[in-house]
Amino acid sequence: MVMGCFLVASFCLLAAGCVRREQPADVTIINNAEPESLDPAIISGIPEFRIAIGLFEGLTRLDPKTARPVPGLAQGWDISPDGCIYTFHLRTNLVWSTGEPITADDVVYSWLRAASPAMASDYAEEFFYLKNGEAFVTGKIKDPSLVGVRATDKFTVRVELNHPTAFFLDLCALPVMSVVPRQTIAKYGDRWLMARPLPSCGPFELAYWRPNDKVRLKKNPLYWDAANTRSQIIDILPVGSPDTALNLYERGQADLVLDRTLVPGELLDVLLQRPDFHSFDYLGTYFIRFNVTKKPFDDPRVRRALALAIDKERIVKKITRAGEQPAATLVPPGTANYTPPPGLGYDPALARKLLAEAGYPEGRGFPRFEYMFNAAAGGGDKVHEAIAIELQQMWRDNLGIQMDLRQVEWKVLLSSYSHLDFELARSSWIGDYADANTFLDCFISNNGNNRTGWKNAQYDALINAANAQPDVKKRGQIFQQAETLLVRDEMPIIPIFYYIGLNYFDTNKIQGFYQNVLDDHPLQTIHKVKTVK
Amino acid sequence: MYFLRRLIFAVPLLLVISALAFALVHLAPGGPFDRERAPASPEIERNLKAAYHLDEPLWKQYFRYFGLVWEKDADGRWQHASASFDISYKYRNQRVSDIIAQALPVSMTLGGLSFCLAMAVGLPLGFVTAARRGRWEDYAGSFLSVLAVCVPSFVVAPLLILVFAIKWHWLPVALWESPMHAILPVTALGLFFAGKVARLMREGMLNAMQSEFVTAARAKGLGESTLLLKHAVRTAVLPVVSYSGPMLADLLTGSFVIENIFQIPGIGVFFINSSLNADYMMTIDLALLYAVLLIVLNLIVDFSYTLLDPRVKYE
Repeated sequence: MVMGCFLVASFCLLAAGCVRREQPADVTIINNAEPESLDPAIISGIPEFRIAIGLFEGLTRLDPKTARPVPGLAQGWDISPDGCIYTFHLRTNLVWSTGEPITADDVVYSWLRAASPAMASDYAEEFFYLKNGEAFVTGKIKDPSLVGVRATDKFTVRVELNHPTAFFLDLCALPVMSVVPRQTIAKYGDRWLMARPLPSCGPFELAYWRPNDKVRLKKNPLYWDAANTRSQIIDILPVGSPDTALNLYERGQADLVLDRTLVPGELLDVLLQRPDFHSFDYLGTYFIRFNVTKKPFDDPRVRRALALAIDKERIVKKITRAGEQPAATLVPPGTANYTPPPGLGYDPALARKLLAEAGYPEGRGFPRFEYMFNAAAGGGDKVHEAIAIELQQMWRDNLGIQMDLRQVEWKVLLSSYSHLDFELARSSWIGDYADANTFLDCFISNNGNNRTGWKNAQYDALINAANAQPDVKKRGQIFQQAETLLVRDEMPIIPIFYYIGLNYFDTNKIQGFYQNVLDDHPLQTIHKVKTVK
Repeated sequence: MYFLRRLIFAVPLLLVISALAFALVHLAPGGPFDRERAPASPEIERNLKAAYHLDEPLWKQYFRYFGLVWEKDADGRWQHASASFDISYKYRNQRVSDIIAQALPVSMTLGGLSFCLAMAVGLPLGFVTAARRGRWEDYAGSFLSVLAVCVPSFVVAPLLILVFAIKWHWLPVALWESPMHAILPVTALGLFFAGKVARLMREGMLNAMQSEFVTAARAKGLGESTLLLKHAVRTAVLPVVSYSGPMLADLLTGSFVIENIFQIPGIGVFFINSSLNADYMMTIDLALLYAVLLIVLNLIVDFSYTLLDPRVKYE
């Protein structure tokens, strides 16, 4: 009797609950988190970017192979001799996926919307390069017509910058600067992404978005370059567990797994030997922050001593194990027109000498201090913890100083950063575009991402001078001077290693997917190789 | 009357729960807008907090949660301010109710099936182990039920996947798309509860078999199988019934572990992640949802007592 009830109940529930008839996707991609939003103006995470660039495009887009900017909605541009005025010429055949034309006014609207104080975009600082951009973003001026962007006719956008900005075309490809549908936003407010059909201007349309289940994109036939969109349907799954991602991939339920964190740590050594696991250089750096407002870390000699006493080679060989390179600088190799200066290596003897000079011979009298790090999300591998333990040991053995470890939740770590409520803390930074500025800019005195309490007028002046310098070679040299201050003389941070990108897919089955330093993967080129039966 | 009174008492109880949840989420360190990228300027951060009313005193935010705030607009007229319980700080394009509407049915299906499995396996197992007390069936059955209770689902689930999905390719490894996809997660989730039900049922049966009314019935010459199946079972099942209220509330609101391992779009992951993300309103909403389910299911349990046991009456 009970069994009978169970069977009947099961049948009803299953029939009601989980039977779905859907067209299979051409390509299924595993992304590592549920997107917080798909509004290009407010997103700031890589999982969100990966989807948003398929839906909304900017004046430029990134080349899938090189990650350098190429024409997007704009077919070309003129730059004034002083490098401060950009005139973008839109393609004349642009339409939304719903059929309405896209004009220069839409571009201006989208930029001003993303820059507006009400939007409070995480990426609003990219508009600081525009004339009056900073004043508008921070609410000091209210009149949007004063901002250096306007439509001079239906297909021309004129942009005025504060100073020549070498990476401005890179910025135009960022999601925050992409073009969004004005009428839909006016009609639906902050729920506009729930509107169906949702007008998109990128290679794909949003078929549906089910929280924590799946985002389905279907080809936008009205996209200006639709002829080169290779897949009809792409499914993007928010899988956070590396084991689940690997299982789905191995059983053929997913074609591409796109995140370093989705490679199970215990299997790293085995998996990296396989031809379908691909590692590549990536613009990201793992580093430690000092709170330079707290003693004894206000003394650069102490900070340098701690840096010199870390055997970074050991950390990448023993803990991260995916081919990461030890880092002596904040800016990784691979940015355009820039070579980072030499930083500090591993030299325990010099470290001890510096510590003695600072008044702590053999570490005597050095106060106990605390190192803060976050627990890995989703129960992933415990890299941060392992590194913390390693550092604790190296500093004890090499310098004779005692460190306590404090593991906190991610949000707590972030809150401690902004309140400077830590002594030492783990951190990392991922480049937004392939220019040294995306890293070095963070440590300007008043930048919100500085998060060390370190203020250096010389450093600020150098960064500003570099960005005002039109000659790329000279600009690189000025950046080198600035970075030397940051990672050799002053050291408010200790770079530990450069991240490496890691993804897995079978190159015999998936094509049109390329590795680049930004880990940026335009969806329109990705496709499955047709097998002849 | 009794049940009506219980329902009325539930209202202040829920208010207390909501106030506690509200205080606790705000006490926890780290706020919803502590993000990896710092806001471009302090003004932006202030704007963001003001837009979500996070700069207001807590009591006002609490009243706003229920939509009990009236504010003067620019012309000095009093306007009703909309309730904030439905706002997600993390998923800013969606409402909490959108997410619950999509995810709760999935968790309820998964949980409902696991409940059925727990009953279908646990009740017969408990019955048999009690009826065959001290014989090999009892030892084997009791061993299995203790095992099911002791081995956690995060061990059972990967084992099931390894055997049935990866070695033998009988079932899918994850996702939630067809009835086949439900078999492994339902089993992994239901086994613990099946073991628990079997233990409770066994205890209940043993107590019932020693009670006076069973002895009396046996003395009247009733057959052993009729005795157990018709009479003893009805009282033996009472501990299981009282346990099934909280168990069902637990199952229907999803399981973080199972949903994570099988990539099931249920509500369980939101229970954990909303608090990690400091997504205040969603955390409070889900706490209240759980509380409501618990209250309602316990009421149903108490009501079903009156049907099963003629000795129980509510005045």
